[in-house]
Amino acid sequence: MNWKMSRVVRTVTDVMVVPIIVFGIYLIIHGHLTPGGGFQGGAVVASSTALLIIAYGSFRDYKKDFSSVESIGLTLFIFLAILGILLGATLFYNFGAGTGGLFGGRVAEGINPGYINTGGTVPLMNIMVGLEVTAALSLILWMMAKSSDSMEVEA
Amino acid sequence: MRKIFALIALLVIFAFMILAVVEMRGEDGGFGEPVNTDMDDYFLEDSQPHNQVNNVVTAILFDYRGLDTLGEATVLFSAVSGVLTVLRKYQIKKLEVKK
Repeated sequence: MNWKMSRVVRTVTDVMVVPIIVFGIYLIIHGHLTPGGGFQGGAVVASSTALLIIAYGSFRDYKKDFSSVESIGLTLFIFLAILGILLGATLFYNFGAGTGGLFGGRVAEGINPGYINTGGTVPLMNIMVGLEVTAALSLILWMMAKSSDSMEVEA
Repeated sequence: MRKIFALIALLVIFAFMILAVVEMRGEDGGFGEPVNTDMDDYFLEDSQPHNQVNNVVTAILFDYRGLDTLGEATVLFSAVSGVLTVLRKYQIKKLEVKK
């Protein structure tokens, strides 16, 4: 795409992209405490990609980057799931809950304000799914924008 | 004739639906009470002591029903594959331009 939108749209995009990405990452890593999670947060982060494509138009070739991140996210998600079997339990077993390691804290019983270092594998899987969804939706948006542009120019 | 058969079949199905609603009551026999709550109670009571997760919905999505989430992620992956397949015309054109 060789066109840009007006300076107003570009300035607002510059201001809004970082808060959108931060909010999406917040949704992803607080998935085990608040409403939200990997899918929703990934969609929010991918909307910043849509905003950038609409406002700026010209983009470098990010197809391989998005594709790699997507594949890595899905592969690590499946790896975490199978790690439950390898550690002597079932598929998707939460082997990290309450062990004291990464995300291994303990929650209080009943109603409590929540603590981010809890949940075992659930936050890790949220992050993996968030990576995958972000890259997948961004790749779809980027690919559609790029291909419609090429049809316009070369047809 | 076909319409009469269809009406009879519809009435029979409707009667069974009504019967199912009448049969499905709570433990005290009243309407509007939750029934078949064994699974829900297990999730609500187990997600904090076993999974150490406050958000029960996330605990179900990523632990108890993790296979379902894996399926969703796979659906997204295949959607991306489909988009790349449909739009591969662009890549072929780009290769031809390079040559």
